[in-house]
Amino acid sequence: MVRPLVIAGRELRSRLLLGTGGFTRLQTLTEAIDASGAELVTVAMRRLDPSAEGSVLDVIAASGLEALPNTAGCFTARDAVRTAKLAREALGTDWVKLEVIGDERTLLPDASELLAAAEELVDEGFVVLPYTNDDPVLARRLEDAGCAAVMPLGSPIGSGMGIANQANLTLIVEQAGVPVILDAGVGTASDAALAIELGCDAVLCASAISRALDPVAMARAIALGVEAGLLARGAGRIERRTHARASSPLEGMPEFAE
Amino acid sequence: MIFVNGQPHDVPDRSTISELLVKLNIDPEASGIAVAVDSEVAARGAWTRHEVREGAHVEIVTATQGG
Repeated sequence: MVRPLVIAGRELRSRLLLGTGGFTRLQTLTEAIDASGAELVTVAMRRLDPSAEGSVLDVIAASGLEALPNTAGCFTARDAVRTAKLAREALGTDWVKLEVIGDERTLLPDASELLAAAEELVDEGFVVLPYTNDDPVLARRLEDAGCAAVMPLGSPIGSGMGIANQANLTLIVEQAGVPVILDAGVGTASDAALAIELGCDAVLCASAISRALDPVAMARAIALGVEAGLLARGAGRIERRTHARASSPLEGMPEFAE
Repeated sequence: MIFVNGQPHDVPDRSTISELLVKLNIDPEASGIAVAVDSEVAARGAWTRHEVREGAHVEIVTATQGG
């Protein structure tokens, strides 16, 4: 029996979080949510467009789920805090996926602004889930600041490069007293499986699913990858060895005449 | 003159946020919307009283698709 993931006292059966960015049709998003089994689905906060047809919030509500707002696009702690407050007001949730990025080319987190925003939002009563660098020290500082989870990147957002620094991710997992959610970089199901095998508690995927040729099939594949990783981690993998170790017995080999 | 999501709008003096939303064909009772006036988030419960001053910069936001 696999234990459920618990974030800030809330039990989640699914260890896959789905980002809604990049889906070209809301119908595809609906089907991908279903295929992923995700319970937490992220949204961004943007200016209201009265002419927009359909709403991601309607899709999420129809699926019986709750939206997890992010602060994507914010470059400063000040803007991220304001965006989180707008999200709380709009969506009635004090959960926030905190993103404070350093530049547009890499979309990597700005460590000092991220930590400052996390501290302020925790003080304001938010449940803060910060998207962070794969830096064990920063992850520890975020946890110390009161974040409810840490969300290290595998590689840059949307890059599909998988887990670039397994050693760092392992260090983050080893020390963490809050859930570790791999966020960003997943390209396909095996990346998600590996994240869980390395000890991550959950995986967040957006582009890997939304920009796949068949997003619904990829949503299912990554959900199965997460499940496979969890089973494999519990099963206890064999040690890596330099040399081969036969699995067939050496005894009882038949002898053949020359 | 005030600015809503970066666009200039003429509204009567002492208009409240609720009145502004109605003028913009946005239902103030609709869920999923938040408003900031001059960078400060305006509590939903105060929209019927919160007046928007001349020259104010109003941001009206909602959730959209995003990772």
